[in-house]
Amino acid sequence: MLRQLAVRREALFAMLGLATAWQIASLFFPSYLFPPLPAIGAAFAKIFGSWEQVGNALATALRILAGLAGAFLLGVVFAVAMAKSRKANDYLFPILHFNQGIPALSWVVISIIWFKSIEFRIWFIMVVTTVPAFAFQILDAYRSISKDLHEMALSFRPSRYDMFRTVVLPTVVPGILTAFKVNLGNASRVVVVAELVGATGGVGYQLLQMQQLFDLAGALAWTLVLVLFVLGTQQILTLLESRLLRYRAQSERGL
Amino acid sequence: MRAPIIRFENVCKRFSDKEGRELAAYAVKDLSFDVAGGELVAVVGRTGCGKSTMFNLLAGLLEPSSGLVRVYGRDPFRDFDWFRGKIAVVFQSDRLLPWRTALHNVAYGLELNHMEERERLGLARDWLRRLGLEGYEDAYPHALSGGMRQRVSIARAFAVNAQILLCDEPFSSLDELTGAKLRAEFVRLVRENRKTSIFITHSIDEALTLGERILVFQPPAFIVLEVRPEEAATEATRAAMKDAILSAMTSEVRDPAAS
Repeated sequence: MLRQLAVRREALFAMLGLATAWQIASLFFPSYLFPPLPAIGAAFAKIFGSWEQVGNALATALRILAGLAGAFLLGVVFAVAMAKSRKANDYLFPILHFNQGIPALSWVVISIIWFKSIEFRIWFIMVVTTVPAFAFQILDAYRSISKDLHEMALSFRPSRYDMFRTVVLPTVVPGILTAFKVNLGNASRVVVVAELVGATGGVGYQLLQMQQLFDLAGALAWTLVLVLFVLGTQQILTLLESRLLRYRAQSERGL
Repeated sequence: MRAPIIRFENVCKRFSDKEGRELAAYAVKDLSFDVAGGELVAVVGRTGCGKSTMFNLLAGLLEPSSGLVRVYGRDPFRDFDWFRGKIAVVFQSDRLLPWRTALHNVAYGLELNHMEERERLGLARDWLRRLGLEGYEDAYPHALSGGMRQRVSIARAFAVNAQILLCDEPFSSLDELTGAKLRAEFVRLVRENRKTSIFITHSIDEALTLGERILVFQPPAFIVLEVRPEEAATEATRAAMKDAILSAMTSEVRDPAAS
């Protein structure tokens, strides 16, 4: 508890230090390069003062969540296929590995050419760029199922569903949570790129508007909205993690 | 003579490589023996003599390459589900599910047997109490000592009230004192509950303490000696029996099936 408070205090000091450095810089540079903190704060407040702007923020949040959900489901399908069949693993592994090397911007171009619907374009880009990480992390978690525990459970002759519910699922949950945490950051970066090029709303689109207006305070305010969404979601995942993994709290949290 | 419940008839087991080709070496070769209902049979042998393979064949976790394994006249591998609640296993390590409390670990087998929650938790609580773990119901495995964890795993096996109990060196990882205490508790529970038990060990003393009958294995899992500790009435005959077991375990015996 004391350690957590100390960490939070240090994080607060670090952020205050960054803000102070920015504010000092704003005194020596033109405001279009380093807008003062009050200007950024005003732009931030303006976003939450208009339903239309809040709608833009929500659109991006929903796109991230929908993309993650799609990538997770597809990742589960790939991971299960790769775990169950060596042939599937031999075919899918190189494809997913190759996909990891394709830049998100290339997928943006491809999806604009391939698909007409803007929302589907963005969803497709999100899914295709985050699915390899989901598949590999879930596969790793699945392969880490203890042979000893599996045999122990088998000795009680469980049904396939009971084996999944009592052994497989609790083993893969930590890996799934990690996959979500890692992919959330990736997804937030990709969605901005996708919206910058191919959307008419959302944080990425707003960033493009701010760039065209040369409004750095506005751009920073929209960036802050996205960062806060990511941090908030990470916090929810952390809470979920401490609830679901409470059985190992005492032994591992102190590491 | 009690009727046999477990029967091994010329059982052979060869493992396969990754490509599915059977390896030349036998893990178990032409193994035959019977175990009567309510009997406690100890199996001793050196590491790698095929005790654990025999154990897994009996538990239905492995299929024999040839020969017959029968428990209650059925094949434990092919009729796998039929044996739900009829065979319980205590492993060498506790194998507790780390995400379950001691209580829910004990209740695990009962849950898989679809027993109603209140009833199974009551039964699990009772077994924890009988094994001296009252007050530890809500403890997760990492918070328990090795001896306590092994007691939870014994409680888990006894709780399902299976008539056949298979034990694979369950006390070998414990210190002498804890092992002796648990051994005594184990024998009491087996006798009280009239279980048919096969107890694998590499300790001759443990086999002599526990077994009504002792089977001495040599690789690849064939029986080189069979003794009944009850026949050793005096210290001297018991010592002679121990020497005979040791000599059977360590001597170079030619595989009878090879001739």
